[in-house]
Amino acid sequence: MKTYSSKLYLFVAILTSLLVSFFQDEINPYYFQIIIYIGINIILATSLNLINGFAGQFSLGHAGFMSLGAYTASLVSSTLHASSGNPVDILILPLALLLGGAVAALAGLLVGIPTLRLKGDYLAITTLGFGEIIRVVIQNLNFLGGARGFTGIPKLANFFWVFSVVSIVVFAISNLINSTYGKGFLAVRDDEIAAQAMGINTTKYKVIAFITGAFFAGIAGGLYAHFISYINPQQFSFIKSIEIVVMVIIGGMGSTVGVIIAAIVLTILPEALRGIAEYRMVIYSLMLVVIMISRPQGLFGKSFRLKELVAKFRRPPMSA
Amino acid sequence: MNILELKECCMKFGGLTAVSELNVEIGSTDLVGMIGPNGAGKTTVFNMITGIYQPTSGSVVFDRQEINDFRPYEIVAAGIARTFQNIRLFPNLTVFENVQVSLNKSLKHGFSHSILQLKNFHKEEHSVRETIMEILTIFKLEGVKDELATSLPYGDQRRVEIVRAIATKPKLLLLDEPAAGMNPTEKVDLMRLIKSVKEQFNIAILLIEHDMKVVMGICERIFVLDYGVKIAEGTPGQIKNNPKVIEAYLGEVVS
Amino acid sequence: MSELLQQIINGISLGSIYALIAIGYTMVYGVLRFINFAHGDVFMIGGFVGYYAAPHIMPLVGGSVILAGPIVLLLAMTVCSILGVTIEKLAYKPLRFRPKLTILITAIGISLFLEFGGQLLFGPDPKSFPTLIPSTTLIDSQNLILTTTPVIVIGTAIILIVLLRFIVQNTKMGTAMRAVSFNQQAASLMGININTVISFTFVLGSSLAAAGGILYGTLYPSINPLMGIFPGLKAFISAVLGGIGNIPGAALGGLIIGMTETFVTGYLSPTYRDAIAFGILILILLFKPSGILGRYEAEKV
Repeated sequence: MKTYSSKLYLFVAILTSLLVSFFQDEINPYYFQIIIYIGINIILATSLNLINGFAGQFSLGHAGFMSLGAYTASLVSSTLHASSGNPVDILILPLALLLGGAVAALAGLLVGIPTLRLKGDYLAITTLGFGEIIRVVIQNLNFLGGARGFTGIPKLANFFWVFSVVSIVVFAISNLINSTYGKGFLAVRDDEIAAQAMGINTTKYKVIAFITGAFFAGIAGGLYAHFISYINPQQFSFIKSIEIVVMVIIGGMGSTVGVIIAAIVLTILPEALRGIAEYRMVIYSLMLVVIMISRPQGLFGKSFRLKELVAKFRRPPMSA
Repeated sequence: MNILELKECCMKFGGLTAVSELNVEIGSTDLVGMIGPNGAGKTTVFNMITGIYQPTSGSVVFDRQEINDFRPYEIVAAGIARTFQNIRLFPNLTVFENVQVSLNKSLKHGFSHSILQLKNFHKEEHSVRETIMEILTIFKLEGVKDELATSLPYGDQRRVEIVRAIATKPKLLLLDEPAAGMNPTEKVDLMRLIKSVKEQFNIAILLIEHDMKVVMGICERIFVLDYGVKIAEGTPGQIKNNPKVIEAYLGEVVS
Repeated sequence: MSELLQQIINGISLGSIYALIAIGYTMVYGVLRFINFAHGDVFMIGGFVGYYAAPHIMPLVGGSVILAGPIVLLLAMTVCSILGVTIEKLAYKPLRFRPKLTILITAIGISLFLEFGGQLLFGPDPKSFPTLIPSTTLIDSQNLILTTTPVIVIGTAIILIVLLRFIVQNTKMGTAMRAVSFNQQAASLMGININTVISFTFVLGSSLAAAGGILYGTLYPSINPLMGIFPGLKAFISAVLGGIGNIPGAALGGLIIGMTETFVTGYLSPTYRDAIAFGILILILLFKPSGILGRYEAEKV
């Protein structure tokens, strides 16, 4: 029974996104923008959580995958949109997003295979390096606008698209992690040698985590580009990667719910601190250090699972 | 029929020979012990069999197939499972999930089925769950299935490691010092457990153990390693009285 | 030919600065086994100490170049040593036995804190670094123009590295450092005070980074609060290239990265400058992860 409900949740979530999108013009544009950013950050953080939190591979290159998706999708939609005016227009964005995701996934494969022998900080710095290489290469590609950026991207992303993707990502990753197949990721994270000794092809799992994470990051990039309609390489520097990592860490690596909450809070927080803009990043970085020292498992902990929380509410504790 | 044969296996690390020209044969339902002083190369032999190291020369034949250059997970698929000297349970997973990982290799569905929950996904997940519960019940661990594996008492953790290995449905089980750190009662339980595993699942077992009571008590045959060389092989009775073995353990006999 | 020579001089100058920073990374990694991400920002602070101190020091010593330069250098090294040790005590020490990832994230946090704190304190705009050594031309021929600046930069770096080598190899503290990096537990059982050794490591590393900051300001007379990010990353790559934990390796790696970068900038395209080091990192990790002079450590099963 539980089995059908997860698909039902997905359906309801997508339907709700559609309904809300009919009223999106009613929302204050500033708040609306924050809401969209929340959605995009949830996609980025939950997809990175698959790599960092579930598969235990510390990646600092998520912004690189995001930029590949953003640029590919923008290129696709700008090309197709030029000849617009026909009824298939509605398909431009999903096509652009899928291609953006695919290119990012391909990059995930190319990055993943050689680097996944590396561990911990080495992997982190190498993925950071890959992200930076992608950025520098884009900066030098004139047909993508180079350092000036890519302009005139059609504004196709709305509430419906962003939050449908959010729903799909959360659905997909939760399904994956709760399945027997998905337990392989957790095994790789917890002890690689023991995982191999239990018959897990650890390299394959790591690569799959990278490809899947990169795919969704690419889609998030595509959505972002089609929301703000202008992108440049600087938006996807490793500072952006660090921002996403921080969401995963503070949310509690390996906890989807925690990471979603962190993505929401950390998108709103900088906006809330806008009044003291110059102190914003200082507060943000100090907070990160303090949380790491006082609560390294993240604010919501890795054992923070919605299921357990619900169970606690449903079943009053047994009396002694 | 022999399930495992090591033929002239050598393992060299730089100039150091950890194992030299080792020949071992293990029948398909044997319970064999490997003993030897610390640093004799016992764990290296395990690592060679399970693909963590590749033998420098010689060949490892399992089930009539040379497995020298198999990767560790391919060796599990071929039918060898192991436990570790220093327990290596998945610390953030429950007992249930620890065993679940072992069933991963025999899944029919893969990535896309799991992510999209396509047809037969739920059916297979259900049967996996039943299998795990069956195994846990056999080993009387069903009561702690939702505990974190590493939160269990030491003896139980060793038991979970054995259960996890059994769940990969091996033909040969390698146990690396299963009695290490156990108290006498736990050791007696362990001996009973190993015997029952062998009989119930009808598999071969090779174990490394320092506790002579355990080794002599359960093994049908024992071979002794010293400085990477097999110095003796035989029944527990023969090994006990072999002067070479006594010398290896006690050093030269001082009169 | 002349341009080649010029590029080589530029490359060695830049490389010697990378070498100074890289040594700090490699020493901390040797002792604590983690990447001190904030190290590049300590280098930046060193530059700013020089920027603010120089105008005050100059009149004190009657404008004497011979005195002012070393005093500013020593001051920056002292300030950064204190900063380095403080960071270690406040942020890293409480996490010493936690997963490496936790420490890495903390280091990233400290790094961001120094960068944005620096923007707040010093202002985000680039500042022109005061002239500590008036640049005089040594050689001015058709083939080559050589001023005092690169000579002083390279010379100072060499003196500091030789001094460091002496400290590490020939003093009691240096021996203790090497012992800790070889086996922390055994060293502590031999009566070595691990905390003192770690603090000492941060003093050495941070003061070299500070010197790097001053030399960087002298060589490219412009500094800003974010200037530590890329030199920091490249110096780390130098350390990996040379073999992490290995001091001569870090110096060698710094030189190689500095040279390569200068050549790529000069002969290919300056826009690829920041990517080339990462390219080298990826290649070295794929083909010789232990680095040029490093040794490989396998995980024990």
